[in-house]
Amino acid sequence: MSVTVRIPTPLRRLTGGQDKVEAEGQNLGEVVAFLEGEYPGIKARLCDDSGELRTFVNVYVDGEDVRFLDGLTTATGSGNEISIVPAVAGG
Amino acid sequence: MSHVKSMRCRECGKEYPVEPLNVCELCFGPLEISYDYDSIARTVTRRSIQDGPHTMWRYHDFLPVDAESAVDLGTGFTPLIHAKNLGRVLGLDKLYVKNDGVNPTFSFKDRPVTVTVTKALEFEFNTLACPSTGNLMGAVAAHGAKAGMKTLVFFPSDLERGKIVQASIYGPTMVAVDGSYDQVNRLCSELADNLPWAFVNINMRPFYAEGSKTLGYEAAEQLGWRAPDHCVAPAASGELHTKIWKGLEEMGDVGLIETPATRMHLAQAAGCSPIVEAFQSGNLQVRPVRPNTVAKSLAIGNPAAGPYSLQVLRQTDGTAVAVEEEEVAEGIKLLAETEGLFTEGAGGVVISGLKRLVEMGKIKHDEVTVAFITGNGLKTLEIVEDQVDLVRTAPDYGSLQAALDGR
Repeated sequence: MSVTVRIPTPLRRLTGGQDKVEAEGQNLGEVVAFLEGEYPGIKARLCDDSGELRTFVNVYVDGEDVRFLDGLTTATGSGNEISIVPAVAGG
Repeated sequence: MSHVKSMRCRECGKEYPVEPLNVCELCFGPLEISYDYDSIARTVTRRSIQDGPHTMWRYHDFLPVDAESAVDLGTGFTPLIHAKNLGRVLGLDKLYVKNDGVNPTFSFKDRPVTVTVTKALEFEFNTLACPSTGNLMGAVAAHGAKAGMKTLVFFPSDLERGKIVQASIYGPTMVAVDGSYDQVNRLCSELADNLPWAFVNINMRPFYAEGSKTLGYEAAEQLGWRAPDHCVAPAASGELHTKIWKGLEEMGDVGLIETPATRMHLAQAAGCSPIVEAFQSGNLQVRPVRPNTVAKSLAIGNPAAGPYSLQVLRQTDGTAVAVEEEEVAEGIKLLAETEGLFTEGAGGVVISGLKRLVEMGKIKHDEVTVAFITGNGLKTLEIVEDQVDLVRTAPDYGSLQAALDGR
């Protein structure tokens, strides 16, 4: 159940400079936990103290904003592309 | 001389040197310019501003760039008009309209863009870019032409014809994306991460956002160096609403006006009103929506500055109102028929929103109110095309008389 995760610049220091990594997980929360195992510290950057996605982080699964889906419980599966994009842009 | 100290994360406070960067690497919060206000207060007087150019650059001390190198098309210091006729209709004695549709590219977007392009040259960028709901791309394309920079603009392909034609005439690469603005914005955010381009509202956003403060400075100066009792602004990303307030606050901080007690209202159209929905349900966060509105310049379903706009609403006891879709055209028509000013969809939203605020009892008849008209009506003819009512006649006097009978 491998997914591809696109990593934005502010997080690339944690991924050794990689802008794209592979991860596993049946849903987005599991993918984040997987990433935390591989790249310690990344979860705290994506999620706040209560474990929810931070206000200024947008996450997309195959181009769809997960806030239109099921947030961290959004199902993920083989071949999905997950994009992490800073929210402070545009307008 | 610039009075900039550094850049600072608005969320966690981490400081950064001044560079083309919009997001805090720790918490993804927005970076903002911080200034040495003591230094500004020592430098700036009402007199020094009045002796400046008749453009927004008269406030250069409050901007994060050097004015001498400004890429300037003559933006700002637009008319503040005492709207007596519209005021009579609405029951307001002291209603003013800030007409920003007369800027060089016919919208307020020239303000943020002149600052950003000036800074982009300072950073030695060669290429300018932006995602846009229409007005921004015209401003970026024009300033890119003036600065001699390679320019690319990205926009939802269903935009109004006038905005597409206008932007294209300045010669940028026009990229029409078959998707919503929010999708265009996301694509550009990913692109900006991988290309050495100055995306005016992404990696250059801290500088861009500062330009809109000048609307607040101008309104206060033009009212005789006082803040209005009420402002009514349109909201898309929410940035304009927050930055008009920041402008008023800064003027108070440096002693140019008394500390403002302005109530900062905002208006959105029913087909895209995520900030209004959050305001009405008491949330501090904005839930994104999928826009479906004729006011395309406001069609941002995922507003970047939404949380800060909500803070300003709370802090200033402002109100956020949504107007029905048909009220967009009605607002445009009302402003045109009473004041002779032709605005685009966002202006229609503001005028109908203002009407709503008066009906709700939020604005009293003798309070000084400024309605911000941010774009020109020729950009969005589609919205009011069905209002056209022609008297047709053959070219002879009898036919003409008959045709005019009863008019």
